[in-house]
Amino acid sequence: MHADTMPSPALPLLDVRNLCVSFPSGGRLIPIVENVSFTLAEQEILGLVGESGSGKSVTAMALMGLIDSPGVVITGSALFRGQELVGLPQKQLRRLRGRQIAMIFQDPMTAFTPVYTIGWQIDEQIRAHEKLSRKQARARTVQLLGEMGVPDPARTADRYPHQLSGGLRQRAMIAMALSCNPALLIADEPTTALDVTVQAQILDLIRNLRTSHGSSVLLITHDMGVVAETCDATLVLYSGRVAETGPTADVFARPGHPYTTALLASIPPLYGARPDRLPAIAGAPPAPLHRPAGCAFGPRCQFVHTPCLAAPPPALFAVGPSQAAACVLPAEGTPLPPRLTEGAVVTAPVSSQPPAQFSSPEAQS
Amino acid sequence: MITALLRRLGQTVFVLFGISALVFMVFFATPGADPTARIAGRNASPQTMEKVRKEYGFDRPLPVQYATMMKKLFITQDLASYVDRGELVVPEIARAAPVTVSLVCGAAVIWVVVSIAMGTVAAALKGTWIDRSLMMLGLVGISMPVFWLGQVTNLVTQSRYHDTWLFSWVPGLGYVPLTENPWGWFKALVIPWVVLAVMFIGIYSRVLRADLVALSGEDFMRTARAKGLSPTRVLLRHGLRTSLVTFVSLFGLDFAQLVGGGALLTEVVFGLPGVGRLTYQALTNLDLPLIMATVMYSAVFVVLANAVVDSVYLLLDPRVRDAR
Amino acid sequence: MTADTPSSSGAASAVASANVAAQPRPLGPWRQAGRTLVRNRAAMVALATLVLVTLLCLFAPFYAHDIAHVDPFTSNVAGSIVLDGHEADIMQPNDNPLHLGLSPIGPTGHAAYLLGADSQGRDVAARLFYGGRNSLLISASAAVLCLILAACAGIAAGFFGGLVDTILSRLMDIMWAVPVYLFAISLSIVTVSQGLKLGPFVIEADNLLIPIVIIALVYVPYAARPIRGRVLALRQAEFVTAARCLGVPRWRIVLFDILPNVMTTLVVLGPLLMALALLAESALSFLSIGVQAPAASWGTIIQDGEGLIYTRPMVAVAPGLAIVIVVLALNILGDGLRDALDVRDAARRSA
Repeated sequence: MHADTMPSPALPLLDVRNLCVSFPSGGRLIPIVENVSFTLAEQEILGLVGESGSGKSVTAMALMGLIDSPGVVITGSALFRGQELVGLPQKQLRRLRGRQIAMIFQDPMTAFTPVYTIGWQIDEQIRAHEKLSRKQARARTVQLLGEMGVPDPARTADRYPHQLSGGLRQRAMIAMALSCNPALLIADEPTTALDVTVQAQILDLIRNLRTSHGSSVLLITHDMGVVAETCDATLVLYSGRVAETGPTADVFARPGHPYTTALLASIPPLYGARPDRLPAIAGAPPAPLHRPAGCAFGPRCQFVHTPCLAAPPPALFAVGPSQAAACVLPAEGTPLPPRLTEGAVVTAPVSSQPPAQFSSPEAQS
Repeated sequence: MITALLRRLGQTVFVLFGISALVFMVFFATPGADPTARIAGRNASPQTMEKVRKEYGFDRPLPVQYATMMKKLFITQDLASYVDRGELVVPEIARAAPVTVSLVCGAAVIWVVVSIAMGTVAAALKGTWIDRSLMMLGLVGISMPVFWLGQVTNLVTQSRYHDTWLFSWVPGLGYVPLTENPWGWFKALVIPWVVLAVMFIGIYSRVLRADLVALSGEDFMRTARAKGLSPTRVLLRHGLRTSLVTFVSLFGLDFAQLVGGGALLTEVVFGLPGVGRLTYQALTNLDLPLIMATVMYSAVFVVLANAVVDSVYLLLDPRVRDAR
Repeated sequence: MTADTPSSSGAASAVASANVAAQPRPLGPWRQAGRTLVRNRAAMVALATLVLVTLLCLFAPFYAHDIAHVDPFTSNVAGSIVLDGHEADIMQPNDNPLHLGLSPIGPTGHAAYLLGADSQGRDVAARLFYGGRNSLLISASAAVLCLILAACAGIAAGFFGGLVDTILSRLMDIMWAVPVYLFAISLSIVTVSQGLKLGPFVIEADNLLIPIVIIALVYVPYAARPIRGRVLALRQAEFVTAARCLGVPRWRIVLFDILPNVMTTLVVLGPLLMALALLAESALSFLSIGVQAPAASWGTIIQDGEGLIYTRPMVAVAPGLAIVIVVLALNILGDGLRDALDVRDAARRSA
């Protein structure tokens, strides 16, 4: 079995290089995700941040091999434990899906098939990958539901999705994703559709997975607060391209990309006087079809100048030991100043209260 | 669950009353001519007219007429045909019913099996030429008048190619009771079954395909794929099972309507002495009591069958089960 | 023909919009739909077929008088025609050994009696074109009338809700429960036997209005249901709420906010209803309670051909094929319109 052969610690669990996903539209290929690269170590939580339409979900779906619209072109490389995922035949991908790589989705309301019980659906996944009897599978299901903090798991397993609350459903969803002990869990906005208090509980659950189940997590979100609370490393996407990447603490303390700075500035400060109005980023992200030749953020950037506008878009430039930003400023020797006010937030123990939703850039667009 | 069923029962009773009133109005309260003359038939003698007027209470107000009619239809069951010299109508319908039921049940089996297969295959192969040709085939099926298709089939199987090996087994038009000769019953009905099923195959396969294609964009289908299930299993266990909810409710309606006399044209073309052909004969004789009785009985049957379908629906869809 | 009106105007507007495509101004939804429809080859072929069939039927008198030189409405059992120089009887002895009985002449391959004669010695081809006029006229008018009735009922039920909705919906349920053809037969038998007297107006039994009204009536529940669903969804839409908050009178909301949005549903339902109406008309005429003799419709010609099905199948096959072609074209056009206007999506959202 794949999971038993422990890879050398040097080898990352997931190594994505220059992933590009293009959809055909009106006779042309529109790049939705362009040259995205990142690595994810064992038991690491990586946050994939961006506005809606920035290509976060498409990246995740591409890794899972779940994009099957006709004419889609996926290039680049995604090595999962040394195995290439891009271009892998569906049959082999299927063996990975649910077993090695599992996924949980944004809306737990619609993510379960409405006509089967929760337990039946979790059993189905277990039995799809392991030779277990119905009884054994159900026993594992009940145990998993219990571990995920579902009260009275045996009875809950016999209930239909519509009979459960959103939080319970998301717990069941996570239980289902974890049912085969996957090495990688992709969580696509797992808390967006939930109440704030339930959000915090679910995030706690996800944070603890690496110790309880040894899973790495690729957390997709548009909420900087969720990232600050949960993720070891952060990858900021803007309009299908990587804007900045690095350890969460570094990115929050010394953002290297004006977009990251702007995102962070739109979070209300925890300490000191509250500003009357939170700064917003003027304008809207470009449609993939009208993406500028140079830096995609250029038209909205307060530091925009001539080198930003020319093609090709700025490459990633190292701004720290393991931090890089796709911006011309650090390369020109005029990096952005570190953020003074927010340093306290990152170094201080993270509060369990996630920042309110209106801090997300989406709320302002 | 109990309150849901009770509410459904109340609704059914209401619809039953409404429908009987509607049919009654159509036959006896249409502005214009005197219903007496219609019932008595063409060129009836004044004595007959007077007898009819008394029997149905046409000299009394409408509600009394309605009550009289309902009594004659369902309680005393002594509604008689005047054109056909006093033949009792209700037993006649009872004799014809098994033929109609045989015809519709066989057709229903064919159309359900074929349309599920066609719809599922088309949805699985969405966008390919197989999908397109299957759906075009379905559209052609919907576009053919069933009586014409029956005639053409008769032309082919009874006359033009009857002497070839392909159709030499086809018996002459007519019905053979199942209890008398099961094989003869089957042979007599198999072609009417197929002809009657053609249109429904078209409708159902297209509805099912559209439903499955729409479902394939749903979140739970993505979840099922992310679980590592095979495409076949995703399509059948998750997609098809969910679509069946709509499919069954549609099926119940159509099945009930067909048994209730909707298969009239097929019965006429193939000479099957069912309820539909009874209606047709009454039509040619202008035998009003008989037509009204068949329409009334079929409407009642459809309403009752719908109530049954709704109960099945409760079993199939857990969401509906809880919602009411 | 009704089905042509929205789509052909859509086609025209699409042509017009192609000229302004260079300008960045976004196209209106109708123009956009028109462009999509024009690009849909199947729908365009269907539309062309419908136009062709309609034209052929419109020229029926011309065909009968000037090409075939026949009178398709009077019995011509004793007549004869000249074929290739020699005279042929219209009613010919049967092929059986004893030459017992007479059969009408089969397809001649000439202008006169191109498709042969029916049992009364009338030219089937000419009757086919005349029958087409009636069939198309009845089905198109029935579809329009049905849409108007259904739109009124659906909008009233959906918009006013409450008691109005309950009464209308129950009424629809009741009508829905009677098998469509049985309902139509009941209405027909009552009217066809003696015609209809509405106060001072007397509608004769052979008036085409009778089948039109009957067919329109029986399909009202079929059309009203999706319209009601659409209106229910629209009523909760924010722009309607906004209009109500602004104090816009209800009739204005119905006329200017609801109706334009329901229009797409109506346009898509149009050809589909016409297809259903054409099938219903042919069925009623086949049962001799639709179009009354001597007038023809495709259904009555099939009925005429029933007795001749084994000897002169063309009499019944030709009108049947005409029905299949027109209904198929209408269905394809309806599908194309639905895809172009994206109504299925709207319907799903409202469900």
